[in-house]
Amino acid sequence: MTQQSAEEKSAMLIKGGRVINPGILDGTTDILIRNGKIAEIAPEIGPEPGTRVIEASGKIVSPGLIDMHVHFREPGHEYKETIATGCLAAVHGGFTSVCTMPNTHPVNDSGEVTEYILKKAADANRARVFPVAAISKKIKGKSLCEYGELKESGAVALSDDGNPVVNSQLMRRAMEYARGFGLLIISHCEEPELAANGVMNEGALATRMGLPGIPNASESVMVMRDIALCELTGARVHIAHVSTAESVHAIRDAKKRGVPVTAETAPHYFTLVEDAVADYNTHAKMNPPLRSHRDREAIREGLADGTIDVIATDHAPHSPLEKKVEFDRAANGIIGLETSLPLSLKLAEEGIITLSGLIEKMSVNPARILGLEHGMKVGNPADITIIDPDLSYTVNAENFRSLSRNTPFDGWNMKGRAVMTIVGGDAVFSGIPEEDNIPG
Amino acid sequence: MRFVKKNILDIASLTAEEITFILNISEKMKEISERPVKKVPILRGKTVVLFFYEPSTRTRTSFDVAAKRLSADSVSISASTSSMVKGETLIDTAQNLEAMQSDVIVMRHSSSGAPHLLSKHIRASVINAGDGTHAHPTQALLDMMTVRENKGELRGLRIAIIGDISHSRVARSDIAGFTKMGADVIVAGPPTMIPKGVENMGVSVTHDIDRAIDGADVIMMLRIQKERQKSFLFSTEREYARVFGLTRERLENAKDDVLIMHPGPINRGVEIAPDVADGSHSVILDQVTNGVAVRMALLYLVLGGK
Repeated sequence: MTQQSAEEKSAMLIKGGRVINPGILDGTTDILIRNGKIAEIAPEIGPEPGTRVIEASGKIVSPGLIDMHVHFREPGHEYKETIATGCLAAVHGGFTSVCTMPNTHPVNDSGEVTEYILKKAADANRARVFPVAAISKKIKGKSLCEYGELKESGAVALSDDGNPVVNSQLMRRAMEYARGFGLLIISHCEEPELAANGVMNEGALATRMGLPGIPNASESVMVMRDIALCELTGARVHIAHVSTAESVHAIRDAKKRGVPVTAETAPHYFTLVEDAVADYNTHAKMNPPLRSHRDREAIREGLADGTIDVIATDHAPHSPLEKKVEFDRAANGIIGLETSLPLSLKLAEEGIITLSGLIEKMSVNPARILGLEHGMKVGNPADITIIDPDLSYTVNAENFRSLSRNTPFDGWNMKGRAVMTIVGGDAVFSGIPEEDNIPG
Repeated sequence: MRFVKKNILDIASLTAEEITFILNISEKMKEISERPVKKVPILRGKTVVLFFYEPSTRTRTSFDVAAKRLSADSVSISASTSSMVKGETLIDTAQNLEAMQSDVIVMRHSSSGAPHLLSKHIRASVINAGDGTHAHPTQALLDMMTVRENKGELRGLRIAIIGDISHSRVARSDIAGFTKMGADVIVAGPPTMIPKGVENMGVSVTHDIDRAIDGADVIMMLRIQKERQKSFLFSTEREYARVFGLTRERLENAKDDVLIMHPGPINRGVEIAPDVADGSHSVILDQVTNGVAVRMALLYLVLGGK
């Protein structure tokens, strides 16, 4: 694949697909890829000799999907996920690029760790990896990392994700300091004293199950703080994994005022509600927790009206060591790379967002927010996802390329998935593996 | 009726008929405890493991006595003596206990849902002896037995449960049990101790203890833990006793035949005044006696007794 140099790569022609390039193009057309870059977008391009022709009629041809929030566990917890297995899971799910969160062991708070991640990603040779580095040293919220060095090493954004930045003064200065380097701040919004020892959404179900709850306010008070700090500093601030109605309202109001804040949610927040943890199902335990029907409705409205810019998975691999235990002792998080696209397609099928809107939230918007050179434009790297919107199948977690299996969507019937993922002109994932192709 | 439950995990998974049946068997078991020779051979050759991951004197002793009265062999394991302190998981520990051909595992655990997890991974019967703040089904059954013994039936009674509902597995199981049997349950305490959405469990809520006491047939007081002050659930023990404690003066407005109950251990002078705990309305020690009977009944029933 990319073992060949760019000059030696054969050209590729994607023929007859429905090309959706949001705001620019939605129609049947061909795409020619040469030397790893998009060479031509036009109807009826004739193949030159030696060109690999991809028959894409009935398929959707999208700019490569980007998941701007994943946890690969390397360095440190390679038994849960390595960069190589994470990248493989990404391309199987249709993602050409991912942003890896810094809460590894050691934490990605230095140029050395950033470079290590990029080296491992280059060796894996699948999805592009854009490291997110830490806001504070060891994500402990005590002192700032060296943003200059992190940026030079390849970090595209800063976050203490997994931990909130509790100290408001540190957050203010981090935003200002990051602004000087043109770096995005991604905020995990949680007021830890309010979340206390909570392990699921606060409410009647938590009461019945005898589990300590996490109130919506533990998220929204910090969303409101970070909006205020964003206004104060003029930094680019992105709110991670929005789960509550109050957060959606706060972000909507902020955007109306012109505050440069952006936001993401994860497929589980627009798909599931707290009931998924009934029977103490640790595969539905995450932070923030699954919320109420009212919250899920607000998340969907936020996606529909553009308040929420991005769908990102918060892909959080854990092994049975962390999950096959008592509910309150189980680790937070679920994997998402291999179910995100079908769950988002379901949202489009239900009419909450359009297919074009889906591609905006899974490709165009993350690229814009992160400032990546990306998109279906002649001269850009050929990062393309080909989606079969009609392919029905049943999720079987045993077939995941991720090293981990912690998903609440095992056994779900899905319609639509990626059938080819092209990164820099190489088909890094192609076709449907036999064992996955179980009729739904 | 034929009782087919293999596990007793919570009250929610029992029907009203099953509860009545358990209480009927419990009364027969109580009669055994009143004989001069308090032992019958019906569980001879059965092994009961008392697996207490959280400290407990009353409940563990009660199960131990119950097993011995039925001639079962009982073995006690506590967290500090088990290999769980060496980092073994709950499932591994339990599977090892089962490999020794244990028939019943009685478990107390600080994590809500732990007995449910356990029951999915072993073939032996599981009886929940209290999990986190979720459930304490044997306590609820002994409470219902005690009330039925005194009042004849449960339907139509007014039960007031007063104290820290949020942190009480006893309250949750009592609510589930008494409402299922047709009683009206009212819970009372400061708003900091009333969990969100508790009304969905079919109870009414008040923050005025006198309102809860008014017309109650049963007053169930819950233990107040001093460490809850640190999470700001109440101000001082002094104020708690004054505003929410059960005193002789408050009882003057109660029904003449009201029953005073408490799952123990009691904080004398905090949630309940000493003269009330020891007074004529108190059935607190009857609860303890009935606890043995209920646990005998459950051990007998989960092991296939007919």
